[in-house]
Amino acid sequence: MSRAQLELHIDFTRCDGRGLCTEILPELLVRDDWGYPVGRGGRDIHVPDGLAGAAQDAVDLCPLQALMLRRVTRS
Amino acid sequence: MNEIFWAFGRASGIVSLGLFTLVLLLGIVSRSGRPLPGLPRFSVALLHRSTSLMALVFLVLHVSTLMLDPHAKLSLANAIVPFTAGWNPFWVGLGTVAFDLVIALVVTGLLRQRIGQRAFRAIHWCAYAMWPFAFAHALGSGTNAVDLWFQAYAWGCAGLVAVGAGWRLSANFAETSRARLGRI
Repeated sequence: MSRAQLELHIDFTRCDGRGLCTEILPELLVRDDWGYPVGRGGRDIHVPDGLAGAAQDAVDLCPLQALMLRRVTRS
Repeated sequence: MNEIFWAFGRASGIVSLGLFTLVLLLGIVSRSGRPLPGLPRFSVALLHRSTSLMALVFLVLHVSTLMLDPHAKLSLANAIVPFTAGWNPFWVGLGTVAFDLVIALVVTGLLRQRIGQRAFRAIHWCAYAMWPFAFAHALGSGTNAVDLWFQAYAWGCAGLVAVGAGWRLSANFAETSRARLGRI
């Protein structure tokens, strides 16, 4: 059975590691030594339903518009 | 009644200068990527945004009360097209330039997600030009410009902006600049 899932995408050509997203989504992201966000669970950052609002805030507040939320369907 | 518009026009102009000084400083802190004591990074960004909208409200009050004032006789065209005012056209015109820049900054700020980062950023640099125009306008056409308290207030704001701009230009301005130069 396939299920649509919310995923956070970081565009690293835009990201400058200002750290707003790691403050808003500490459950999903950590900062590396240079300030850039890294997904706790690896490259694919799945956003659970309870964090959808916070993830949208992170997208809206990113000073470099480097974040994107999208629904992906994986089988 | 006439005196009320004049007095309010002046007072709201004075408040605007202070608020735009605060907005500029919050913008610089925001750009540094550093939090403030008790204020995380995203709060600094939100405070920058809401303070700028509050400053806009006082600026609109400043312009509109002087349009109603029978002494200043500012028309809508004077408020938008610089250097056309009947009274003190040069110094009032500097304020008009600042007002036009604020409108551009607010519109592009609110439409940031739609116009894209590149256009937003290019126009947002104008914030650094807007402040000196507002400051020169305050000193040049302010009725209180000769008063000591006003001089102290205006130059106090200028001092804060100078400190902020100096910090902005310094090598370790960004929170991550040390780490990215390889000195963790």
